[in-house]
Amino acid sequence: MTAPAPDTDSFAGRDLISMRDYKRDELLAFLDEATFYEGYQEPLLKGKVLASLFFEPSTRTQLSFASAMQRLGGSTLGFSDAKLSSMAKGESLSDTIRVVESYCDIILIRHPREGAARLASESTSLPVINAGDGTNQHPSQTLLDLYTVRQTRGRLDNLKIAFIGDLKYSRTVHSLIETLTHFDNEIFLVSPQSLRTPPEFIEELDARGTVYTEDEDFFSIASDVDIIYTTRIQQERFPDPIEYEKVKNAYRIDREAIERVGADVTLMHPLPRLNEISTDLDDYPGAAYFDQAKNGVTVRKAILSLLLGASR
Amino acid sequence: MTEKGAAEPLIRVSALSEGTVIDHLVAGTALKVLDILGIEFEGAVTIGMNLESRKMGQKDIIKIEHREVSPNEVAKIAVVSPRASFSIIRDFKVVEKFSPTPPKLIEGLIWCKNPSCISREDRVKSKFVVVRMDPLQIRCHYCERSQRKEEIELL
Ligand SMILES: [Zn+2]
Repeated sequence: MTAPAPDTDSFAGRDLISMRDYKRDELLAFLDEATFYEGYQEPLLKGKVLASLFFEPSTRTQLSFASAMQRLGGSTLGFSDAKLSSMAKGESLSDTIRVVESYCDIILIRHPREGAARLASESTSLPVINAGDGTNQHPSQTLLDLYTVRQTRGRLDNLKIAFIGDLKYSRTVHSLIETLTHFDNEIFLVSPQSLRTPPEFIEELDARGTVYTEDEDFFSIASDVDIIYTTRIQQERFPDPIEYEKVKNAYRIDREAIERVGADVTLMHPLPRLNEISTDLDDYPGAAYFDQAKNGVTVRKAILSLLLGASR
Repeated sequence: MTEKGAAEPLIRVSALSEGTVIDHLVAGTALKVLDILGIEFEGAVTIGMNLESRKMGQKDIIKIEHREVSPNEVAKIAVVSPRASFSIIRDFKVVEKFSPTPPKLIEGLIWCKNPSCISREDRVKSKFVVVRMDPLQIRCHYCERSQRKEEIELL
């Protein structure tokens, strides 16, 4: 079962639309390659242009990609809001992509509708990176999460990983859970009743034979977990503000909570946070959420270089 | 065919001179299949529903006089009833008999139920990946949402 690791050249010209398109050994090759981009600043992508098309704003993702591009000597153009694009005048997405294609070497797209990045990739021969299509996928986030898991724990299997908070709507969590099914881990899904993991993801865990537990109470299941991955619980998900207040505080992680589960735990969060992780944990050795942001640039440098076929 | 269910002789009473027999339809889908074929038929249409079948427990069957089916219709019928078999009759003889090959990809036949899926925009042809054939489960190529058989809405 030891297939040779895919050559990094095999990523050249490919798209990064969905984690479903990448197999386990490809993911590992990707992560291995990314480690070389830690602090790497050679002008590898000199003369290359990234078109960054944000049909809905996501400042963090856009800045992270722009930073990665510039660190490698490339440049970025684009827009950060659909109102500024010709889409507002009713142009189809395919037409926009066909026009933009002549301005750049690689396309980054964020769009409020699911499937938009896939459609964009079918409208051009250039590599397309999905920076979030509605509630569907955000693969560079998933890759940076995996990268952070491996960096902090030294491995991607035999881990106990607890996901806490909004497991119903969180695209980040869904994508990471699905990708983790390539590896052998134990998953804990902790959420209020109304924000449980959707049945189709649970079915996928069953189909892949992943061991998991669902519960409302974090402490009743998560003793000596290796990783706690929390997400924001957004107020708009709760019609009743009192219900929201209760839930919000029930899933808050602070120093006391960490001491109860065991001190050697890695804390992850896609940021921005509201109050899910107490700021008194920011100097806690296991706090990895700012590392995630930093790793975002490293991983995105690797994504841009690999898809553009630029060899390090 | 080796199948000789108790209900078979009954349905053979009206032998077709020419037309199509669609057999081994999932019980309860015959009307849906007629819907796919449209309702304007010149000839006689015989429908058997919930007939006993050794293979399937229960099945539906349709005989349509003076009508053959197009590949597009076959593909649509395969979506509602993956194990259907088609016999084309000419001059009282079966000239062709086939079962639809289960498609890996279903294009332009099904409406994605996700209202914010990009495939619902004009000019995009819907595409579904067949995850599992029986019972049918499909996943939208664009938004990646799964749909089960009971949720599927044909275009
Ligand atoms: Zn869809």
